[in-house]
Amino acid sequence: MKTEPASRLERLLSQGRFAVTAECGPPRGANGEVIRRKGALLKGAVDAVNVTDNQTAIVRMSSIAAAKHLLDSGIEPVMQMVTRDRNRIALQSDILGAYALGIRNILCLSGDHQCFGSQPDALNVFDIDSMNLIRTVRTMKEDGTDMSGHPLDEPPNMFIGAAANPFADPFEYRVLRLAKKIDAGADFIQTQCIYNLERFKKWMEMAAGEGLTEKVHILAGVTPLKSAGMAKYMARNVAGMDIPEAILNRMAGVPKENAAGEGIAICLETIAALREMPGVHGIHIMAIEWEEQVRPIVEQAGLLPRP
Amino acid sequence: MIVGEQKPIKEILKMTAPHHKLLVLGCGTCVETCFAGGEDEVAALASLLRLASRKDGRSLHIEEFTVERQCEDAFIAEAAEAVARNEAVLSLACGAGVQAVARRFPRFRVLPGVNTTFIGVLEHRGVFTEECSGCGDCQLAMFGGVCPFSRCAKKLLNGPCGGSRNGKCEVNADTDCAWHLIIERLTALGRLNELRTYVPPKNWQPSLSGGPRRLIREDHIL
Repeated sequence: MKTEPASRLERLLSQGRFAVTAECGPPRGANGEVIRRKGALLKGAVDAVNVTDNQTAIVRMSSIAAAKHLLDSGIEPVMQMVTRDRNRIALQSDILGAYALGIRNILCLSGDHQCFGSQPDALNVFDIDSMNLIRTVRTMKEDGTDMSGHPLDEPPNMFIGAAANPFADPFEYRVLRLAKKIDAGADFIQTQCIYNLERFKKWMEMAAGEGLTEKVHILAGVTPLKSAGMAKYMARNVAGMDIPEAILNRMAGVPKENAAGEGIAICLETIAALREMPGVHGIHIMAIEWEEQVRPIVEQAGLLPRP
Repeated sequence: MIVGEQKPIKEILKMTAPHHKLLVLGCGTCVETCFAGGEDEVAALASLLRLASRKDGRSLHIEEFTVERQCEDAFIAEAAEAVARNEAVLSLACGAGVQAVARRFPRFRVLPGVNTTFIGVLEHRGVFTEECSGCGDCQLAMFGGVCPFSRCAKKLLNGPCGGSRNGKCEVNADTDCAWHLIIERLTALGRLNELRTYVPPKNWQPSLSGGPRRLIREDHIL
């Protein structure tokens, strides 16, 4: 069953437009106003907004609820869903519920291990993995059934996203895994934050060599660095993050009060380089607790107004 | 083998405090091999408990006994007389052994002296690693002989995740990334392309999520 795109992001990408998305973390509290305020900063500056699902294994407002707040503010959400906290019954149920609320994009992830969060004593679920979740959403959408084969009275016509980390080990295997995610049903890919353009370019060339860039929309991830300390911390402590020495030196080489400006300059240079790369169909800006910087970045990158 | 480690002495002292006559019961199979509950550990723990009781001015009589396997009734029966002479049993077996002893002696309190940790192997002397979670549906043929259910922190069937670094797991830098090992093994065997195949969700029914399991061998029932 191939249906018309229900997602606006899907329509833009299939029209060949260069997409811009951003990320928005739900609050550690029950106040919906927080997410609406973040949404207002992003409205009109991006095509869709990613809502994280208890990222870094810290309890936050659910991604479904936060996505609904964005939807009500006239912003298209991309709902992230991790397999860490829910078994296959709960995941499928939430996919149906999210679609019924008007959510049309889903990003399927395994999720950060709970040992990195605030409740390392929690039991993780991992009943299925992110690859299985991608296939599940596609089966629901295209075959119109749940995982048991039971027909759904209305299939959720989700635009299906997956993550890829071109910088993780083992490098040679990363493209094979991307191919597997595309086969499983991924329509678009969000990458890990890119600082090492050389390595990303090599990964893109390998993906193009396998014909993968023709089959999927790749949104290249960028994160503006706020300070030399943040750059150093991410390089050392964030799993699967690759920040080259040259970038660390650039951040450390400017006076403290100019570091944020330098971080944004690096981000803009990265975006310019990414736009020139064949197969990159958009960018995904992850400005961590720095949402107010997204609009200026998109504007200075020459990507405003949005369609 | 089943790998376990002795509980912290503080916890053992608290558990055993109400009793004046205690049998420390060892198990001579798995927990002996991992230095948690064999004859030597029984002797060492018994001495420690005697010292502690003397220091606290408590009267405590301790008897030591070790059977070959606490998970088999025929062996447990050998401890019957020793059990009868005491008020409680501190079992140094795995959780299965503790329960089997408790079942055999319903009128005695049976306390666990060991934390049962995993099914594993002796990597080298003094180092044990988990290699099996007893999921009831072995798929090692697919993964080059490395189990992702028990050895990947996220139980990924289609791994690796994006967090491994230099072949180590993001959760613990001392732990090998199971998926790194799977890729290495399959590369060496010239079978890496097999990983292109999608691995469907695991059937957890034969595992603990299907409830406590029972194995019936009709051909061996008398």
